[in-house]
Amino acid sequence: MITTTHYMVLSAALFTLGVIGVLTRRNIIIVFMSIELMLNAANINLIAFSQQMQNAIGQVFAVFVIVVAAAEAAVGLGIILAFYRNKETVNIDEMSLLRW
Amino acid sequence: MVEAAAFYILAALILGFGALVITAKSTVHSVLFLVADFLCVAALYVTLQAQFLAVIQVMVYAGGIVVLYLFVVMLVNLKRPPEAHSDPRRRGRLGFVMAVAVLAELVAIFAVGWAKPATAAGALSPNNVEQIGRALYTDYLIPFELASILLLVAMIGAIILAKREL
Repeated sequence: MITTTHYMVLSAALFTLGVIGVLTRRNIIIVFMSIELMLNAANINLIAFSQQMQNAIGQVFAVFVIVVAAAEAAVGLGIILAFYRNKETVNIDEMSLLRW
Repeated sequence: MVEAAAFYILAALILGFGALVITAKSTVHSVLFLVADFLCVAALYVTLQAQFLAVIQVMVYAGGIVVLYLFVVMLVNLKRPPEAHSDPRRRGRLGFVMAVAVLAELVAIFAVGWAKPATAAGALSPNNVEQIGRALYTDYLIPFELASILLLVAMIGAIILAKREL
C-alpha cells in the first residue's frame, strides 16, 4: 500500500538532490536545472496531498508552481546569455562582478 | 500490488535520473537526463490521479523549458570546460554537508512533526480536469490572472535581456 508518506519521502529525496546540485556544481546551467528538480519535488508533494485530501486545489497550486518555473527559466536563461556575451563564461565562481 | 510496483520503479527512475542530472560531465547529457526525469515525474502524476498535471508537465517542462535549456547550452559554446576554474575560497565539501543537513532536517520533520492524516474533505473524481478548471476560474481567478501577468513580464524581460541591442 503506497501512502502519502511514500510520496513525501520521494519528494524530500528529490529536493535534496536539487540542493546538492545547487551547492556543489559550478556550471550555472546545471544549477538552474537543479532548481527545476526542487520545484518538481514541491509539485510531487502538492499533488500527493491533493490525492490524500481528495481535493483539486493542490493541483491548482501545482499549476501555479509550473507557471513560476517557466517564468524563472526564461528570465534566468536570458541573464545567462547576457552574462555569457560579456564575460564568455558560465562558471559561477567567475561571476563576481558585484563582490567587493 | 501493481500500484506499489509502479511507484517503486518510478521513484527509482526519478531519483536515478536526478542523480545523473547533477553528476553528468557534459551539460547536454545533463539536459537530456532532465527530460527523462520530467517524463518519469509525469508518469508519477498519472498514478496520483492528476492526468491534467501530467499533460502540462510533458508539454511545459519536457516540451518547452527543456528546449529553452538546450538552446542556451548550444548558444553558449565554451572554449574551455565550464568547471575548469575554481575559486580558492569555494567550499565544495561544505556545500555537500549543508545539503545533507537539509536532508536530515526533512527527515526530522517527518519523524517529529507527524500529525494524524487529515480526512478527505470532498471527492476527487477520476476525471478531475473539470474540477481544476472550475477552481481556477472561480476561487483562484485573481492568482490565475496574476500568473498570466507574470508570464508576460517574464517574456518581455527575457527578450530585453537576451537581445543584442534594442
